[in-house]
Parts: sequence; structure tokens; C-alpha cells
Amino acid sequence: MIRHLLSSADLDAGTALEILDTAAEMATVAGREVKKLPALRGRTVVNLFYEDSTRTRISFEAAAKRLSADVINFSVKGSSVAKGESLKDTALTLQAMGADAVVVRHPASGAPYQLADWVDGSVVNAGDGTHEHPTQALLDAYTMRSRLGRLAGLSVAVVGDVLHSRVARSNVLLLSTLGAKVTLVGPPPLIPVDIAAALAPGAAVCYDLDSVLPQSDVVMMLRVQRERMNDSYFPSAREYARRYGLDGSRMRRLPEHAIVMHPGPMNRGMEITSEAADSPRSTIVEQVANGVSVRMAVLYLLLGGNNR
Amino acid sequence: MAYPPAAHSPTTRQPSVKVILTTADVQRVVDRIAHQILEKTQGAQQTVLLGIPTRGAPLARRLAARISAFEGVDVPVGVLDITLYRDDLRQHGTRAVGPTDVPAGGIDGRRVILVDDVLFSGRTVRAALDALNDVGRPASVQLAVLVDRGHRELPIRADYVGKNIPTALAESVRVTLAEPDGVDEVRLYGGAR
Amino acid sequence: MTAYLITNVSVLGAAPTDLLIRDGVVAETGAGLTAPGAVTVDGTGLVALPGLVDLHTHLREPGREDAETVETGSRAAALGGYTAVCAMANTSPVADTAGVVEQVWRLGREAGLVDVQPIGAVTVGLAGERLAELGTMADSAARVRIFSDDGHCVADPRLMRRALEYVKAFDGIVAQHAEEPRLTEGAQMHEGEISTRLGLTGWPAVAEEAIIARDVLLAEHVGSRLHICHVSTAGSVDVLRQAKARGVQVTAEVTPHHLLLTDEKAVTYDPVYKVNPPLRTAADVAALRTALAEGVVDIVATDHAPHAVEDKECEWAYARPGMLGLETALSITLDVLGPRWDLIAERMSRTPARIAGLTEHGHDPAPGAPANLTLVDPAARRVIEPTELASRSSNTPYARMTLPGRIVATFLRGEATVLDGKAVK
Repeated sequence: MIRHLLSSADLDAGTALEILDTAAEMATVAGREVKKLPALRGRTVVNLFYEDSTRTRISFEAAAKRLSADVINFSVKGSSVAKGESLKDTALTLQAMGADAVVVRHPASGAPYQLADWVDGSVVNAGDGTHEHPTQALLDAYTMRSRLGRLAGLSVAVVGDVLHSRVARSNVLLLSTLGAKVTLVGPPPLIPVDIAAALAPGAAVCYDLDSVLPQSDVVMMLRVQRERMNDSYFPSAREYARRYGLDGSRMRRLPEHAIVMHPGPMNRGMEITSEAADSPRSTIVEQVANGVSVRMAVLYLLLGGNNR
Repeated sequence: MAYPPAAHSPTTRQPSVKVILTTADVQRVVDRIAHQILEKTQGAQQTVLLGIPTRGAPLARRLAARISAFEGVDVPVGVLDITLYRDDLRQHGTRAVGPTDVPAGGIDGRRVILVDDVLFSGRTVRAALDALNDVGRPASVQLAVLVDRGHRELPIRADYVGKNIPTALAESVRVTLAEPDGVDEVRLYGGAR
Repeated sequence: MTAYLITNVSVLGAAPTDLLIRDGVVAETGAGLTAPGAVTVDGTGLVALPGLVDLHTHLREPGREDAETVETGSRAAALGGYTAVCAMANTSPVADTAGVVEQVWRLGREAGLVDVQPIGAVTVGLAGERLAELGTMADSAARVRIFSDDGHCVADPRLMRRALEYVKAFDGIVAQHAEEPRLTEGAQMHEGEISTRLGLTGWPAVAEEAIIARDVLLAEHVGSRLHICHVSTAGSVDVLRQAKARGVQVTAEVTPHHLLLTDEKAVTYDPVYKVNPPLRTAADVAALRTALAEGVVDIVATDHAPHAVEDKECEWAYARPGMLGLETALSITLDVLGPRWDLIAERMSRTPARIAGLTEHGHDPAPGAPANLTLVDPAARRVIEPTELASRSSNTPYARMTLPGRIVATFLRGEATVLDGKAVK
């Protein structure tokens, strides 16, 4: 049994599938009149958020509450420069409060690893810097499996700002573990060095979106911040959208069954047009709902027993 | 994620094993419960059988099949996983959650018969009643078990009992069924008696 | 003044002999020496080396006395076998005036454990905009000869050219922290497979190599001496090898940690492994070891960089870069080069003393030489415990590692600063 979920690399195929299977059971609760399970009664889950991310925080909050855990939201405002209390002091505070799990969102890559050293409870990485966001990858895998019926053998194109994307890293790791074939697509400055060696030997890199689309079962569009053009990662938003944005005509190059995903929040008109985002192929709304089920599964599997 | 070993798996140090119900006995007992259900429920109308995993589920299906064979009534059968309602979750590593499958018509206003293999402390049934409460509002709930071995820790009794087996606490009762285990049998593994 | 008779000691690996130290110099060598009234130090099994000289030490005083002081850093240095250290200029206030360098120099004299030779900043406030008063620092009591903005690169090529030219007037040398700042904005670790996996902004090798390439050309053009701090990449070694082959007056240092550790250490996100320049790959480590043995890289310098606990027990990105080095440098060099004592003396004492212009240091223990020397037990192995180090900080990357060699005694101008492995004050 894993004690923390810090990286998709923590999950072997068996564990990942167990989370997805458990999430499927958790999903049935959403359709019931009583959307609550007693499994984590008396357990305390702290949402420790150093970045504003209302959607991720409420997803974890809903998940913990549906499992009857007590939820404490701990938002730390302010940037890294104007840092107040240190992460270690905060960790000791949470420890004193008896947190059974700490769900942490942090702008610094690796912060959840340090937190895991300082608290006895389980740590769930809810996004750390440009490193990972493993529950997002799990909900994406869950969504793919429920739409397409399988994960092994799927061709998944992950498109956009891979360099700065924790979603991309977690997805490459998890999808490769589960037997999908991942192709990373984007302008070369936004594809990090040695990506295949770093994450998954089977991952491929391609700079031409149009050549990848006809072979893709899934196309996952990553959020691209317009400000990146100020650092010369690409010349302009317009050129980015022209070369790497998913619009209606590009979407029609996809196979009939292929789906379009986006972790949100979207930059409509930048990496994706409304025609693509709102099409029946789009799973963007489902991804949000599946997020709660997957996070319920993760919290249950980490906290449901005496995994100490 | 690791599963705890099956609660009553025999170990080599067990001093004695006794077959309480043979294959033929099990089948006879299932038939008898099916008859009793038909009797007590006026022909199993408005009734749903919900098996509690693991072995309550095939047992519920068998009962439904026998009821159908005896009187031609098709009783809806489902599965009620109680893992998330257990009161001993923290005494073990995390338990895998199994599927819950409530028949299409639901359970609201119906008579639900919970089916399990062994009735012991009553805690499983307590969890099942809680789970049931979150799934719907049945008109009434009954309980059918293959074996009642006593030692209740909660005020719970079964409406249909295949066989009462007086046991010592140190002993364990193991039910095997053809569907998951290959053979129908009930064995008593002896403690220090 | 106490006299010391060191008996049965191997000077630089030669056959055992006795050394008599008196009046600040090595008075006599030879077997069977007697010296009534002298303190006898049993040198059996020990190797005598010229006192080590560190060209790159951060003593943190003034400004961060919570992390290190001149005194605590001097003690750490003596325990590491050093008799002289060059104190980097990035203090607060910055050592960019005669006043600050003289203060550091005086604090070193007062501590009296090693010779503390201040390094002056190249530019005012290390800001990289205009030259500090280099000549005034050179003329001060601290007699500054090395100038460095270490921690920052002198990135402006015209300013670097002027600095190289200007210090020729007083035989100074500019020690460059080679890091093209535009290529390392936000950089956290070596750019490569591991940085990609960890989602930490990469510090590409080319950012170092490009500056070294530029600066050796500048030094060649203006005919100046140039020293390169903490060389960390195989590519830098290639640039240096070519420059030296052309006769450019360039010297270079490598740190012990770049000779031993790789970027793999970052995988736990423990900021004790965060350092600038960052830990590189195994291929870089191999190239640096070869370069050190061959002399393409001239010296080992510690880049001893103490940091307070709160600056290391935090998120990787917020942690300050740097690691302790003074008390472990000889062990790691011994591990890397093996017991090639003459080579070790060359890389850790004679050459750094020559680059720094420290004429009292870097002399083998021989009659008449200044008695700046250290005694090493090469057979000893020790487990590094961060809290047992003399430095005020404990950010050593070698915690709980077993390292070969132990400093048994150190002498500064004939006075023991370390005896029996312990600082005398």
C-alpha cells in the first residue's frame, strides 16, 4: 500500500487500476440521493493550498466530504518571495492538529516531498510547481477509459506547453505505466530536454500537430499562457494558435472515435477553439465530475485502512 | 495495494477440521431457505435479494434461481458491497471496494432480503443496513444466512437460517461455494476446545 | 613560542622522517631528531602536506554571522588541513571597499587559525555595473589580489575586459563565476533528464561554457590572468584545454562536490544538494576528475558555502545554493586522486597559493620553509556527522557518508591550530 501520492511514478499498473476501479464505485455515489459514505468518518483532511486553484480545492473538498472526513482548508496567500511562515513550520502545525492527510498545492516543484518528510499523515500532491499533478492524470485516465473502454494501446497526443506542465508530466508517467502510447506535441522550446529518457522511454516527440492527429485516440490540449511569448517560447499567440491550437478543422482530422481533453482552465482561442471545446468529442465537463470520484478513491485508498 | 489474508483461511497449525455441511447438505439448506422465503413473503412478491460479498452474492443468486424453479417467480437479485460502511476499516490495511449492483427497479418500497454466508458478530449486517439506508428506503429488511454460529455483538438476528452451529470463539467457520471456490461445503476449524 | 617535534612522519608519501618546527619555520628534518623542550607529535602512519590553501571560501561575515563567522569558518578550515583561505566578497556589506576587506582581514588575524585573505568584489555591490575600487583594496592592509563577483557573473563583456586589464597594474587576477545570466533565469539544477523529470528549471551547461569561452578570449586579447571558479562541465574542460594549449593565462578550480556528486542527488528535493553551479552528470564528473589529474583544471577549491537551517530546510526553489566543504575537501580529493600526495599538494596547496600570491603558503615541509603544514592520517575513515562539524552551519552533502582520511594536526607559522584532530582554540 502506498502511503503518499506524490508522483504518478509512485503508481504501478496494479495500483493505478485499483484506483480507477475504486473510482468507478465511488462514481455511483454521485448518482444516489445520499451522496455520502462513512468510510473516512473521524479522519481529518487538510487542503493546504499555496496557489489559488478553486477547482482543484473544491474537487478534493467534495471528495473528502463525500467520504465523511472532516475538511480543513488552509490557504496560504503570497508569493515565494514574500514568504511568511515556513513550509516546515506549517507542517508542524498540521501535525499538531492531527491531520490524517494533507492535500497540497504549491508553486515550488517538490514541496510535497518535503512535506511528506515532516508530517506523519499521508500527503497528496495536488500540483507542485512544474513537476506533477498525479490526481489530474488519474482522472484523465479514468475519463479515457470510460469513453474509450481501455487504456492499453491507446495513442494519446499531449499538446502544448509541456515544459511548464505538471499535468503533462503526470500523464506521460501514468499513461505509459498503463500501456498507452504518448506523443508530446508543441513548439520545440516548450518540449523539455530528454523528455523520453526522463519520464517514459516509449514517449515520442513531434513538432507537427497535423501529422499526429489522424493516429490519435485522444488529444489532450494543455493550457498555454499567453505571457510565454514574452520569453520567446513562441512569437505570438496568433502564431501559436495557428500551429498548435485545436480548431474545428483540425478536430475533423481525428479518427471518428477520438476524444478531446483539456485539464482546464482553458484559454479559448489560444490552444483550443470553442468549436472544439464544446463539441461532443470534448470530455472537459466529464473530467471535472470524474475528478471527484478519482480523488475519493485516492483518499479512501490512502486513509481507509491502517496504512501506517 | 495489499489485501489482508482471508479472515478464516486455515493455517497449518489448525488442530482440527470438521465438515459441518457437505455439498449435498448445502444444496438442501439453500432449497429450504428458498421455500421459507416463499412461505414467509407470500410468494416473494415485491422482494429483492441483495447478496453481501463475497459469498452472499452467489448465495443470493442461487436462492433466486431456486425460488424461480419452485414457483416461477423472478426475484430481482443484486449485490450490496459494504466495505465503505465497515466499522473495522482501521483495523486492517485498506480493503478493496467491490461493486454494488442494485437491481434496475431499485429497493424503495420493497422487501429487501440481505443474504450472507455466516452470521457471527452481526457487524457485517449492521454495515449492510447502513449501506442500504444510503441506497434507498425499503419497506422492510430481512436477513438470510447459510450458517449462524452465534457470538452476536449487536442486537441482530436472522429471519432465515440454514443451520445453527454452536461454536467456540476460537473456532472459525469457513463456507466455500462452487462459484468462487469450486466446492459447496461448510467447515469448522477447531481452536483449543 | 612552542617548538614541535613531529616524529616518524612521511613527507608527501616519502620514507618516514622527523620534522622539527621552531620559530615559525621547519627548522630541521631527518631521522632521529631530538629537541629538548619541544612538544612531540607522533607522526607514525601520517603524511605531512604543505598547509592547504582554499581559493574559494564563503565566511559570511559581515552580514550572516548566524551561518558562519570568520572565526568558525577559520576553525573549520584548520580542521580541514587549511592554513590559508580566500574569503569571497559576497558578504553584507559587500567586500567592495578597503574598509570591508580590511575588516575581514583583521577578523582573520584575530581568530588566528588560518590566514584569511579577503577577495574583493569586481563591481560595486556585485551589481555588475561599474568597477569597485580595486586598486584601493589592493593597496589596503588586506593586500587584495583576487577579485571576484562570485555568486554573480561579470556578465557584461566590456566590463569584464576592463577588469581584466585594470588589475594588471597590481598583479591582480579576476576570478570569474561563469554563468550567463540570461540562460539561467530561475535555474534550479542542471538542465537534463533529471531536471525534466523533477520539473525544476534547468541550468544548462552552455551557460557556463559560453562565458568561459568568451573570457579566455578576452584574457588572451588583453594579455591578462584569468581564473575560473568552480568549473562544473565537461564542455568547460574542453574550452580550458584548448585555451591552455594556446598559452592563455587561465587557471581553473573544481569543487570537491563536483568531483563526487551528480544531479541524481536532487531526486529527493533535499536542498542540501542545491548548489551553484549545480551538480552535473556522471560524464561531467568523470571529465572533471581527468582534468584535475592532468592539470587542465589547476586546483581544488571548496566553495565552502554555509547556510542557516531555514535557508536549507525549505522548498528547493526557495533554498539558497551552496554546501559546506572545508572539513571534507581533502577526504574527497584523496578519494578522487588516490594517495598521490605530490599531486594533492600541487592541486590543494602549491598552485592555489601561487594563484593567490600567498608567498608564505604552498611550501613543502623542508628546512627553512614557513611551517604551514598539515598531517593527514590516510588510513582513517570517518563518518560525516553534520552536527559535529566546526562550521556554524551543517549543510554538508556528505552526511552519514564514510570518507577516507582524517586531518590529525595543522600548523600555521609553526603554531598548532589542530592537534589530535581537534582545534586548539
